[in-house]
Amino acid sequence: MSEFRELYQEVILDHGKNPRNFREAAEGERTAYGHNPLCGDKIQVHVAMDHGVIENVAFHGQGCAISTASASMMTQTLKGKTLEAAETMFQSFHNLITGTGDPETDLAGLGKLAVFAGVREFPVRVKCATLAWHTFKAALTHSEEPASTE
Amino acid sequence: MSQGETSLKQASQSGPRGCNTAAALAGGRIREQFPILETTVHGKPLIYMDSAATTQKPQRVIDAIVRHFTHRCSNVHRGVHKLSQLATESYESARETVRRGIGAAESQEIIFTRGTTEAINLVAQTFGRQRIGEGDEVLITAMEHHSNIVPWQMLRDEKGIVLKVVPINDRGDIDLNDYEALLSDRTRMVSIALISNALGTINPVKEMVRLAHARNIPVLVDGAQAVGHDVVDVQDLDCDFFALSGHKMYAPSGIGALYGKADLLDEMPPYQGGGDMIATVTFDKTVYNGIPHRFEAGTPNIVGAVGMGAAFDFLQETCFEAITAHEHDLLTYATEQVGAVPGIRLIGTAKKKAAVLSFMLEGAHPHDVGTILDLDGIAVRAGHHCAQPVMDRFGVPATVRASFAVYNLRSDIDALVQGLHKVREVFCK
Repeated sequence: MSEFRELYQEVILDHGKNPRNFREAAEGERTAYGHNPLCGDKIQVHVAMDHGVIENVAFHGQGCAISTASASMMTQTLKGKTLEAAETMFQSFHNLITGTGDPETDLAGLGKLAVFAGVREFPVRVKCATLAWHTFKAALTHSEEPASTE
Repeated sequence: MSQGETSLKQASQSGPRGCNTAAALAGGRIREQFPILETTVHGKPLIYMDSAATTQKPQRVIDAIVRHFTHRCSNVHRGVHKLSQLATESYESARETVRRGIGAAESQEIIFTRGTTEAINLVAQTFGRQRIGEGDEVLITAMEHHSNIVPWQMLRDEKGIVLKVVPINDRGDIDLNDYEALLSDRTRMVSIALISNALGTINPVKEMVRLAHARNIPVLVDGAQAVGHDVVDVQDLDCDFFALSGHKMYAPSGIGALYGKADLLDEMPPYQGGGDMIATVTFDKTVYNGIPHRFEAGTPNIVGAVGMGAAFDFLQETCFEAITAHEHDLLTYATEQVGAVPGIRLIGTAKKKAAVLSFMLEGAHPHDVGTILDLDGIAVRAGHHCAQPVMDRFGVPATVRASFAVYNLRSDIDALVQGLHKVREVFCK
């Protein structure tokens, strides 16, 4: 039992089942589409900015527990952050789940997102965990093309 | 019983002496011939139920490959030296084995390809390009693998042909009336899977060929999921083309074959240009080689062909009567046992099915199911199975798919069911 518990932490299961900030786009929000062709996961991320600060982030779509939980927790974490802070956070998150970078520094800045550390043991699931983040970035750049994990 | 099913059964099943029985396969002795089944995954013995993606390889296929590289490695159709003659002999003898394995009339009707995908592309890019024009129709079904959709779409975009699709019902069956109604005076090609990789449906291909031929329409059969699981007899099916992959019938990947009726192949332009496909070359003019070599430009996958020949020998020795009975038992048992797990929705419940069980577990995404099963050493496929239109038809993003082969046991299915209960504990509380 213990092996998959490292991946499927209670927090992840909870966010996977009851995603937060899970809704359609509100007026004035920028939306981008994300797609993981490997498994068919599809996601939309909506962002509202206010003077360089992320005022609100929400998402919608369908995916596995890892991608849904990652999206849900990302929206909670990013709210109120500057774009610069969001970028640093994505880098740390990416380092954490791919087992690269300096774990101490990365973990320090990630807060709750540290529960995704178990993903590093499952390389094929890294794309599940990063889909929302790639889509978030696409929303910022007004990309018309769907963000892809490929 | 559908006609297509009949044709699968009709060909000779009088295997050689020492033929297996279904009971012998159920006992698991054949597993000794598959060294990979000794492997452990995450510390657990491997339970491999992903044979529709690729089958594992028996020792005699592995040995044939090693023997070839150890004793016969050389180029084919070229050298005067002994090794080249031996390699050519092995390669051409593999062609003859494939011919026998699918019941073709002549070995020149067997073209070695990289697999089913290349075989279909070959037909689309030669026969299709030559004979199908703007406004002409190609008919496929709603259960095709991407490899039998995209090559025709490429032709559509290039030449303005029209791609028509026979619908499937909620069980994953086509209705022959729908099929017949879609055969028009503009239909120039029918291209259909004998067995659906995502749903397991066995199509009534023999009847579909008959209906198409009544209107002089040629038929390509995608046989990737069929060869290796039941007797295939292309002459009995009377199809014009038949595509198959080695790696789905116990041979290596990167090798497959296209069967085509000799008179059609004779008329077709080459696929790729290069060595071996030519008779004479000057800078002014090239005279192409005859069939099958015209379609095999460049040094072929010689050892792959040798492995494919050995795989057909393995199948012959194992006996299709035993294989089909054993796999049918596994499918029946799996359908019952997996179907009884709370929250399971089976995707693909056709009347005639091959040993493929696609399903959803309510509350758990197929990828999460796949990961948790993997940690128990259980290999299943989780995804869209390269058949996204099928997923759309059933309104699911993906499915979990367990697919069986000669080496599977009922106990494998018990392990799968146990694994699914574990998934439910995590996700369906």
